[in-house]
Amino acid sequence: MTNLTHLTITEARRRLAKGEITAVELTRAHTEAMAAKRGLNAFITETPDLALEQAALSDARRAKGEAGSLEGIPLGIKDLFCTEGVRTTAASRILDGFTPPYESTVTANLKRAGAVSLGKLNLDEFAMGSANITSHFGPVENPWKSKSDPAKKLVPGGSSGGSAAAVAARIAMGATGTDTGGSIRQPASFCGIVGIKPTYGRCSRWGIVAFASSLDQAGPMARTVEDCALLLGAMAGHDPLDSTSAPLPVPDFAAALTGDIRGLKVGIPKEYRPDGLSDEVARIWDLGIEWLKDAGATPVEISLPYTKYALPTYYIVAPAECSSNLARYDGVRYGLRVEGKTLDEMYKKTRAAGFGAEVRRRILIGTYVLSAGYYDAYYAKAQKVRRLIADDFNNAFKSVDVILTPTAPSAAFGIGDNTDDPVTMWLNDVFTIPTSLAGLPGLSLPAGLSADGLPLGLQLIGRPFDEETVFRVAGVMEKAAAFTAAPACVAPTQARRESAGEAGEGV
Amino acid sequence: MAYILQGDTGDWEVVIGLEVHAQVISNAKLFSGAATAFGAEPNSQVSFVDAGFPGMLPVINRICVEQAVRTGLGLKARINLTSVFARKNYFYADLPQGYQISQYELPIVGEGTLTIDLPDGSTKAIGIERLHLEQDAGKSLHDQHPTKSFIDLNRSGVALMEIVSKPDLRSPEEAGLYVAKLRSILRYLGTCDGNMQEGSMRCDANVSVRPKGASELRTRCEIKNVNSIRFLQQAIEYEARRHIEVYEAGGSINQETRLFDSAKGETRSMRSKEHAHDYRYFPDPDLLPLVLDPKMVETIKAGLPELPDEKKERFMGEYGLNATDAGVLVADQASAAFFESVAKGRDPKLAANWVMGDFFGALNATGRTIDDPPVTAAHLGELVDLIKDGTLSGRLAKEVFALMVETGKGPAALVEEKGLKQVTDTGAIETAIEAVMAANPDKVAEIRAGKDKLIGWFVGQVMKATQGKANPGMLNELLAKKLKG
Repeated sequence: MTNLTHLTITEARRRLAKGEITAVELTRAHTEAMAAKRGLNAFITETPDLALEQAALSDARRAKGEAGSLEGIPLGIKDLFCTEGVRTTAASRILDGFTPPYESTVTANLKRAGAVSLGKLNLDEFAMGSANITSHFGPVENPWKSKSDPAKKLVPGGSSGGSAAAVAARIAMGATGTDTGGSIRQPASFCGIVGIKPTYGRCSRWGIVAFASSLDQAGPMARTVEDCALLLGAMAGHDPLDSTSAPLPVPDFAAALTGDIRGLKVGIPKEYRPDGLSDEVARIWDLGIEWLKDAGATPVEISLPYTKYALPTYYIVAPAECSSNLARYDGVRYGLRVEGKTLDEMYKKTRAAGFGAEVRRRILIGTYVLSAGYYDAYYAKAQKVRRLIADDFNNAFKSVDVILTPTAPSAAFGIGDNTDDPVTMWLNDVFTIPTSLAGLPGLSLPAGLSADGLPLGLQLIGRPFDEETVFRVAGVMEKAAAFTAAPACVAPTQARRESAGEAGEGV
Repeated sequence: MAYILQGDTGDWEVVIGLEVHAQVISNAKLFSGAATAFGAEPNSQVSFVDAGFPGMLPVINRICVEQAVRTGLGLKARINLTSVFARKNYFYADLPQGYQISQYELPIVGEGTLTIDLPDGSTKAIGIERLHLEQDAGKSLHDQHPTKSFIDLNRSGVALMEIVSKPDLRSPEEAGLYVAKLRSILRYLGTCDGNMQEGSMRCDANVSVRPKGASELRTRCEIKNVNSIRFLQQAIEYEARRHIEVYEAGGSINQETRLFDSAKGETRSMRSKEHAHDYRYFPDPDLLPLVLDPKMVETIKAGLPELPDEKKERFMGEYGLNATDAGVLVADQASAAFFESVAKGRDPKLAANWVMGDFFGALNATGRTIDDPPVTAAHLGELVDLIKDGTLSGRLAKEVFALMVETGKGPAALVEEKGLKQVTDTGAIETAIEAVMAANPDKVAEIRAGKDKLIGWFVGQVMKATQGKANPGMLNELLAKKLKG
């Protein structure tokens, strides 16, 4: 019997529709995987009973002919999405004991489409991090191991590290992520899966714990481009409860996967090939360009001159917004409260105990850059530069249809590495942050393995609200990459991959 | 007349600017659907947005925007078609989000004008600096528990308009007139109920002084949250005298925020400039810039009611009222309407006297309101008619009016019922005069001997005999004829 956890969502939908499998069977396979792979620490809250209940209801709906687009598909939910009746933590101690009385729009949309939730996935605290090591509930382990040191625990990337690890480890068929500066794309790259941050405004932010409101965007993570397209189709849509949600219809993203990219112009930004870019990353990028040429697209060198200012700009704008967004965690109404003799003392004790070091650092930076006397030099200037970065992309998209870049400067690194100073960690998002600042859709797909046997991703960037072109190109690249590698812990695929002649390896 | 404070070193002038917080009349809050009714059970009108729950987002209430535009137009102000909501960050237990959504650099309404009516009938234009929309905070209750404070979030998120004047006010009286006029305009527009007791209108005053004739502005102090016009005037006067004392003693004023203690009638320091909050304003990333459709502004403009200033002009022109009377009548829209229905087709001055005199008196005495008056406009109009056609003398009319207040009946019915009709029958009056003369021959003799002041005594006696119903004009005429005869 096929291991049901290895199916893609597309395959599972087909087999569910044909009655070959039930949602309960499919869900049970995943709840068992969730229990078996608990060592990855991918989940903060597992809800297997709830999942099986939802699966039974799903089977009943299907029997009545009321199947939604994701009917019976077991998914993981990043624990930044508020879920009615299920504890929501944002991986922070400050939300201790908080169970939302409401459901985020995105997860409500998924539920409406028939999806089953396995539980709440681990992440960096308040989505602040690139290695999933800032979670109050401990780090998430990447299911992938390096050839050189198979015993070494690697990070899954962040902040959607639990999402990426769970999907890569075949615990969930797909997962929700959120991306503020690369939090979907970088972990997707580190874990060898597909993830897309759609255009800002495509998915509602209502009910998602806010980090940086002008950048936060929900998106799907799954093992194939088509699965991501299906998931995004269910997650997206205008929401009157989010004033920044775009009043646009949701296209049939999966239908965009025509396999035909002939005549498309693909921008290759020269600024993304800085001195010191790892040879492996450079090579896989070149390989991606070759695949696109082979498929009839034309690579065009472009310039995005303000790229080098993106990281500092982001680390002004995002902390500024976070310093304000996180002010509500004060111990007064919900979550952690550490009593004090005065109100100020209660604030100080509560917030000191409730927030981890990275969150505190960003609140401090954000408070500083918004302060009287510093606002113009930092925040106001950063907003101007942000516009210039967006203009870079606008100009580029006058001559190209999509842009191809590496997703991250490296493959996954060890838990505990890159922590000497915060900037080293922040540099992980150097290729994803400009897209976030410009609000554009960005997709990461696995393109191959490093010499050390770890996945490397490539990023496709599209015009605003043109996820369809991104998906179309991603579909073609996915086929060319033929990335069938899987983490060693995922035994059957590993066996299949080896028998298939190690396709997708050997970059 | 200029308001001048005399100090030991000379005369001083006071400079005042006001910031009025006016609660917008709307069913729902500025950024949430929660209700706004006053006096509800604590925390019964709170949405997850108002309570600052994780992942909750503000959505602008269109009605509140329209109310702000309407108010801006009523203040003859510039409407900014693009405005921006900003976050004002500070920590307090009754501020759930840790910031107040307000407007900072780009308010919805720019400069305008408010005209105050001075007691001498003249007017003075006071500049409006801006009007912006913002959300209210909740309320901290410190007296419910010995060691804890309780929080009521019913007010949290309620829409306020902050209306900022230019420093154009020069006396406590002008400040009071400004607030009264602003309240009147807001009520006309239906954008704020102006109820200071319930806190739907609150006032901060920026006060400084300078030697008479000086043109520079000196350091100001801000007196926070004054909730009545009387307290506002007391606070300004106290603060101005305090500044003068400090300056005359060789000291200097520090810019600071002060509170007015109404029990003691004095202001005291709340926080100095050094301890002022750094609010770290920045555009709220949860909200797009507010862009207004010019057509929407036009529609609101076209639907504006006649405002107090225009109405006053019209009352002076159309009814021939003086500025003071017209000003009194237009202060309240319902009073003005009441007056107009009384005055319609009648002697407007007589109508005005009755509305402002006995009728307003009756409102006070009965504690009733213009919307539920003790005497209807129609009945008061009939009473004016009965005076005008001679049925009632002024004195009788007052008697009838009192009965109208008491019974709610119309004047015609009461006149009939009580037999209060003025006697205009010459014969009846003559008979009464003759009877009084017959009973008092000595007094008749005295008058005929030249003691004219006794005529008044005779008038009184005849009135008494006719139960006051004798037409006074006819009585005087007939009496003079008979006595001299």
